[in-house]
Amino acid sequence: MSEGIGARVARKEDRRFITGKGKYTDDVRVDNQAYAAFVRCPVAHAKINGVDASGALAMEGVIAVHTGPEMKEDGIGDLITGWAITSKDGNPMQCGAWNPMVTTYGRYVGDAVAIVVAETQELARRAAEAVELDYEELPASIGVEDAFADGAAQVHENVPGNLIYDWEIGDEAKVAEALASAHHVTELKMVNNRLSPNAMEPRSAVAIFDEAEDHYTLYTTSQNPHVARLVLSAFYNVAPEHKLRVIAPDVGGGFGSKIYIYPEEITCLWASMKTGRSVKWTSDRSEAFMTDAHGRDHVTKATMGFDAGGRIVAFKTDTLANIGAYVSLFATVTPTYLHGTLLSGCYDMPAIYGNVKAIHTNTAPVDAYRGAGRPEATYSIERMMETAAREMGMDPAELRRKNFITEFPYQTQVILQYDSGDYHKTLDMAQEAADVAGFAARKAEAASRGKLRGLGYSTFVEACGIAPSAAVGSLGSAVGLWESAEVRVNPVGSVEILTGSHSHGQGHETTFAQVVADRLGIPLDNVSVVHGDTDKVQFGMGTYGSRSGPVGMSAIVKALDKVEAKAKKIAAHTLEASEDDIVIENGEVKVAGTDKSMAWHEIGLAAYIAHNLPEGMEPGLKEAAFYDPLNFSFPAGALICEVEVDPETGVTDIINFTAVDDFGTIINPMIVEGQVHGGVTQGIGQALLEQVVYDESGQLITGSYMDYCMPRADDVPSYNLDHNATPSPLNPLGLKGCGEAGAIGSPPAVINAITDAIGTNELQMPATPLAVWTALQSVKTPMAAE
Amino acid sequence: MYQTKYHKPGSVEDAVAALGVAEEGKILSGGQTLLPTMKQHLAAPTDLVDVRGIDGMDAISVSDGAVTIGAAARHADVAANADVQTHIPALAALAGGIGDPAVRAMGTIGGSVANNDPAADYPSAVLALNATVVTNKREIAAEDFFQGMFATALEDAEIVTALRFPVPTKAGYAKFPNPASRYAMVGVFAAQTDGGVRVAVTGAGEDGVFRAEALEGALGASFSSDALDAVSIGSDGMLADIHGTAEYRAHLVTVMAKRAVDNAV
Amino acid sequence: MSNVSMTVNGKAVSHEVPDNTLLADFLREDLRLTGTHVGCDTSQCGACVVHVDGRAVKSCTVLAVSLDGASVTTIEGIANGKDLHPMQTAFNEHHGLQCGFCTPGMIMSGIDMVNRYQSDGRELTEDAIRNELEGNICRCTGYHNIVKAIEDAAGSMTGMAKAAE
Repeated sequence: MSEGIGARVARKEDRRFITGKGKYTDDVRVDNQAYAAFVRCPVAHAKINGVDASGALAMEGVIAVHTGPEMKEDGIGDLITGWAITSKDGNPMQCGAWNPMVTTYGRYVGDAVAIVVAETQELARRAAEAVELDYEELPASIGVEDAFADGAAQVHENVPGNLIYDWEIGDEAKVAEALASAHHVTELKMVNNRLSPNAMEPRSAVAIFDEAEDHYTLYTTSQNPHVARLVLSAFYNVAPEHKLRVIAPDVGGGFGSKIYIYPEEITCLWASMKTGRSVKWTSDRSEAFMTDAHGRDHVTKATMGFDAGGRIVAFKTDTLANIGAYVSLFATVTPTYLHGTLLSGCYDMPAIYGNVKAIHTNTAPVDAYRGAGRPEATYSIERMMETAAREMGMDPAELRRKNFITEFPYQTQVILQYDSGDYHKTLDMAQEAADVAGFAARKAEAASRGKLRGLGYSTFVEACGIAPSAAVGSLGSAVGLWESAEVRVNPVGSVEILTGSHSHGQGHETTFAQVVADRLGIPLDNVSVVHGDTDKVQFGMGTYGSRSGPVGMSAIVKALDKVEAKAKKIAAHTLEASEDDIVIENGEVKVAGTDKSMAWHEIGLAAYIAHNLPEGMEPGLKEAAFYDPLNFSFPAGALICEVEVDPETGVTDIINFTAVDDFGTIINPMIVEGQVHGGVTQGIGQALLEQVVYDESGQLITGSYMDYCMPRADDVPSYNLDHNATPSPLNPLGLKGCGEAGAIGSPPAVINAITDAIGTNELQMPATPLAVWTALQSVKTPMAAE
Repeated sequence: MYQTKYHKPGSVEDAVAALGVAEEGKILSGGQTLLPTMKQHLAAPTDLVDVRGIDGMDAISVSDGAVTIGAAARHADVAANADVQTHIPALAALAGGIGDPAVRAMGTIGGSVANNDPAADYPSAVLALNATVVTNKREIAAEDFFQGMFATALEDAEIVTALRFPVPTKAGYAKFPNPASRYAMVGVFAAQTDGGVRVAVTGAGEDGVFRAEALEGALGASFSSDALDAVSIGSDGMLADIHGTAEYRAHLVTVMAKRAVDNAV
Repeated sequence: MSNVSMTVNGKAVSHEVPDNTLLADFLREDLRLTGTHVGCDTSQCGACVVHVDGRAVKSCTVLAVSLDGASVTTIEGIANGKDLHPMQTAFNEHHGLQCGFCTPGMIMSGIDMVNRYQSDGRELTEDAIRNELEGNICRCTGYHNIVKAIEDAAGSMTGMAKAAE
């Protein structure tokens, strides 16, 4: 049907956004509104001896200034980590405490020291500048390798050597043995550059304490309002869950950065109680660069061994992961179970070993950012494949084909079992779409214009649909990663879906409705989706890890199963037929093979009027379900990037970017394509443009768009996309997830293309014009690449 | 942004008067640099004197072999102006490449030149075309006007009213934008003028816009990009940051100079 | 404080505001037209683009007091009653938005570029659209569908280039 699963339906939610009527957190203004600004640690490491707020408090319109020690006295808890990692020696990880506001030590530039509440935002900011800090600057550790070196400055007293954990996966001895006898060994050191997520809507919070009701409401920019309420209640002791409502209204992008519950939200809630005012804080972009959790920041040394036929015999990685000054909510799992478990890529690898050391530094916290661990794994694998192919004189696509996994389910050497896939055909389709056959001629033509053309591949697999609760629990997760849904059929036959997933650009209000419309055979317009409010939806785990399709929609399907079962009973009873003969088609509940039927509004009405229900049946038609996935899902794809490098300037133009993906079943191709466009663009951003840079003292150099380079429209091409779907057998709709694939797979395709063009592999991300030009200077005759 | 008092005088005299009584007055023109600076609390003028209300301040005219552009002429207007396009197309093209469309709709030539941002485009054209900076007090030769990064010959309460550009025989501009900010990382304006070949470089130098004598010499002999094949610029005095080392900027000066010459019309 | 009077979305408004009030704040806080968004501090992201006297400008980089007597059009003012502007329709049909935060600025810049190119008789090619979008940053869409939407809307806007103002 034209609106159901597989239909290219224009989004239902768009109208409010294109008319300027979206409601984001900063658009919320309530009675009694006051505004907050934060006083922040001005250096990378300091002992704060005193906070002098007298100047600020003397300003007319300044309501209050509060500090960390006061918060501690009031019993507000430290920030928590959601995943405990065990080191290879069996010891639990060690991490420093994270006070929502500094009690004694400031540990990165931007660490919150005090909150100022004032009558206007501008006044709050000016007053924050007037707060004087008495502090003693301490030695700091900034870069991850420096922080792990002997004698490095300690970020936290209780974390010796700044080493949070030393974790391993796979079989070290087996890998050593295989590498010792390998026909060819490829080695490479790779830096996975530190990124700033940069959702276009800055973080914001409106905290409202209602003294009469002893109740709090928090409007906030969150990807998971229920998780926010849970931790605010259970760990930060702001208020018990039934006295705390969290609303994540329209949210302007997240990309991981809005999973976490940051110090500012906690502090605004507490400050609302302290001041008796509604407290609103909206980050400006400079604060966002300083304090939003960053992403990536790995340094990896990789070794891959091959036999004479080009088959991989072993793969080994040693990684230093920069966690920053504090361990953010999912920071510990990103470099371990979201990275190490993906080291097999889409290849049949007989031996794998990964070691990850997580390191504290005096920089902003680093946590999951679109892809989270999987881009880092993919980058390591795919640069190694391309490098090895060149070293062995093989076609890089052929080397991949020799090693592709072809039978499913496939058990890797690093925990995961892949569900389904067809990697050869996907690569065939990509090569055809990218016209790889015509590349040599295009390269020659470019050379005639003095330009260097290159072509790079990335064939990847990733784990989405996060995640089976018992499995992640056994690996250290503090929470289960199921999802909830409730389907309400109203007395007039319209349907409301309540979901614990949260849409902040993904289009759930359309795709979730498509699933229901398809299943019940009713018009899309008759279905609405409710999300993002803990008072409306009972619980949910939120949106990240490409989970809203495979987990969130599966919960809806499970609830629909229950609704259908009850509807069939009602219909059978009303139509005096056997329940086994009832079928649901085109919006009607029918007796198969007859003209006897009931429309959904008749079923709804019957359920709620309840004059004539089967004996013992409760009135109403509303069913809830919790869905816990059986496994991750494993989207995969083949990406081909073609670039042209200007050897005079080092500028890289992306001429063509082809992505053929396997996302399993697709609900709305237009929305899925949009996810790929955005993901690939973020991957191109990582590969070419973006990097968070601190100077040696820990001051943030890339503190605004003047220095942090965001992909703009003229940095990227129009994309060439296709799909080769092998539906996942493990969830009811066969979904695999599509939100992160582009960002996961694309960076190595871009870098492989550039190194192909310039004839040297000495290149790290981001491949800025400066970096490419510098690399070219090391190649004696750049045009020798021709 | 700190509190400030806004004035919109109708004449240069009134503007000067407003500046004269202000504790710390600043001229506001397009505001595309000043306002962001104030938002970040990096500037806090007590008074802003908006010169856009002054009659004729944005006029563009041609006479005696020169194009005169009023200080309040916006970049988009300069880019689209038929006289500028006819007589100094390189200047129209430069104006059409400043910032982005919304910035060009507000930013003005006078503001850009008076601010002398080392990464602004206009100063290279002013210097290479040997333009005259016209103020309420005097006329200042380009050579004397720019005095290092953000520094000019302007005195207190001196207001740039117009820029007068002699029409060159041929001129071209090429910019290598900073990938993040899109300001000029290296911008080269090359012109064949009555006074010989003049090449001015913006974005690259520690002291702001400068003339590149080595390039001028080579182009004086032959105004073609081939003439620059063997010319390289030293990296002394070049800016260095995360986007470009001094060596890279020096290299780009020659590359952009060649492209400016190739573009020249 | 100064009194500022202007026409916003066709309606006369007059407010007493501090001289340092930016147009973006005037629209969002004084007029509660919250469709205009602020996404950066350095005048680069373009989420705040509105039209002032027919030109697209960044409302975060203009003082409200400097616009006394001006005519301002925001994202809330481009539809004709319930009938969407062709640029709005095209963004919906081509999935030119995801989170929606940059969208108002994208739409206002899109209308402005189509108007300028059509009044100059220039062809608005894909390359031209991408260059024209230099001052509008989107993190969600990768620009692909924004470019398609503007291309499509340019077609439907032919002959009505100035109707939006």
